[in-house]
Amino acid sequence: MATKGFNVRKQTGFNSIAMFCFVMLYLPIILLVIYSFNAGESIAVWEGFSWRWYVSAWENEKVQDATIRSLIIATCASLIATSAAVLAALATTRVKPWRGQTLAFALVNQPLMVPEIVTAVALLIFFAMVKVATGYTGLAYLIVAHSAFCIPFAYMPIRARLQGMDLNLEQAGADLYGTPVKVFRHITLPQLWPGILAGAMLAFVISLDDVVITEFVKSAGQDTLPTYMLGQLRRVITPEINAISTALLAVSVLMVIAFFLLNRTRK
Amino acid sequence: MIEIDGATKIFGDGADAFTALKDVSVTIDSNEFFTLLGPSGCGKTTLLRVIAGFIDPTHGTVQLDGENLLDLPPFKRPVNTVFQSYALFPHLTVAQNIAFGLEMLGKPKAEIKSTVEEMLELVKMAPLADRKTSEISGGQQQRVALARALAPRPKVLLLDEPLSALDFKLRKEMQLELKRLQHETGITFIFVTHDQEEALTMSDRIAVMNAGTIRQIGGPRDIYDHPAERFVADFIGDTNFLEAELISASGDTAQIKLSSGKEVQARANPDGANAPGTVTLAIRPEHATLGPAESGLLSGTLSDVVYFGTDTHYHVDVDEGGKFVVRRQNQPEQTQSHAAGDRVGLRFPGGVSQVLRD
Repeated sequence: MATKGFNVRKQTGFNSIAMFCFVMLYLPIILLVIYSFNAGESIAVWEGFSWRWYVSAWENEKVQDATIRSLIIATCASLIATSAAVLAALATTRVKPWRGQTLAFALVNQPLMVPEIVTAVALLIFFAMVKVATGYTGLAYLIVAHSAFCIPFAYMPIRARLQGMDLNLEQAGADLYGTPVKVFRHITLPQLWPGILAGAMLAFVISLDDVVITEFVKSAGQDTLPTYMLGQLRRVITPEINAISTALLAVSVLMVIAFFLLNRTRK
Repeated sequence: MIEIDGATKIFGDGADAFTALKDVSVTIDSNEFFTLLGPSGCGKTTLLRVIAGFIDPTHGTVQLDGENLLDLPPFKRPVNTVFQSYALFPHLTVAQNIAFGLEMLGKPKAEIKSTVEEMLELVKMAPLADRKTSEISGGQQQRVALARALAPRPKVLLLDEPLSALDFKLRKEMQLELKRLQHETGITFIFVTHDQEEALTMSDRIAVMNAGTIRQIGGPRDIYDHPAERFVADFIGDTNFLEAELISASGDTAQIKLSSGKEVQARANPDGANAPGTVTLAIRPEHATLGPAESGLLSGTLSDVVYFGTDTHYHVDVDEGGKFVVRRQNQPEQTQSHAAGDRVGLRFPGGVSQVLRD
């Protein structure tokens, strides 16, 4: 352990800065979780333990409705985004370097760079034109929008997995009479699964959580869970919001744990 | 029979261009154990990958039994590879790895099963058939890689330094094992190695490569006893080089005048580079002996005596200039012994020294 030279942990103030960051990050979340069990109507005054807000949220038809919609959108969007991400990852790792490859990489990751509000406004205007032209006002707009911004999140773990894979394995597959399609199906895909699952779960969580783009793109009566919660904030705030947030937090934490476990199985 | 004609491979272009293969032509017979031997970067692996189909040559042709291989993608060539890293499929078991090629060829289930069993027996891996490939040792992985490549009964088996990751003892065992397998299966083996001893032990013929070209092709004895040029003589085994004068040559023999003025018979150059004048002679250390200074073809002073267990190396500073090493196998009762500083004479019988091409 006797490391010479610069050690960031030995610097004055390191501990206090670290503590400050952790407190700022997690204290509000801890408070949110605690007050979701508040027996009273307030989100700031503790009146004893109760499950009432969880029951209330569970029985709230609007919450049910928004939850189902959120799950449909997140499921569809993560499936579409992951499929596109697999193809994009193959095209950026398994071909001879081609002109415009860097550009393609940047384009795939565009949603990470462009401010979300810009994408949201652009989608609002574009979809308005499509709506006028087609008359369709269903969920597809939200699904398409979510798929688009979920692609880079699905792409990253899949690409990392492909890059970490031994190229000799695919050559060995070809050497043993495997056509390119068969090699992908029997050699590449089985080893890519952890990356694909990780990408899909990340995309799912990102979609579930989105507010800005959803708020702009959704039609009337198409609230997702986050936009419903945002709407509630304009009225009376009850610990029901805390309860819903805590439930979302639990889902996300479970997903993140699964994500890490999947990526760890790589030896 | 594999016929490679004028194979050239240039990687990159312009100032970055690198010529990995330069006009390589070679014919490899069916059922031959053929070795490509050379230092790293000599183009031997490139040539192997050209045959496998992973690299397209810039020029040249590759034919297998009269059929143009270059028209076929890797998965249509009746050629299998044992990769240096083995490249076993980590998500499949030992048996599934071996079955892979047969399944891709669409062989009937019963045939696949019996061939896999036969292969497992052949490489003595039957008890571990259901293990994952990550759960077996390096030597076992090597045998699985071999069985997987042999199972589809290719016409040609390509082996890319398959023994380099094994320890010394295992490597020795596998050398004999490979030779036995090649003999039993009757498949043409093309073996790539940088290990000259491995090449000499196993091969029917060896092609010594350097800087993208084949320098000499021949049987192990030809290559070892009659190297055609300095690179080959130097790369394979230890060699003494002597500057000398070629007086005349006829047939296999050349009359040579050494720097001491004494004359000796040498092997003429196999490529016909036997013009009178200054030439380089190669003499293997074990082909020369030490004697009294006045009776030798060359005389000198012993500078070092190095004991190696099986043999002893005597380093001699030749009076006319240059160094010369004599190797003598150690016997239980060593009668004659020399010490550093002794005056000695170097002797070698007529016909063991070899005239080299420049």
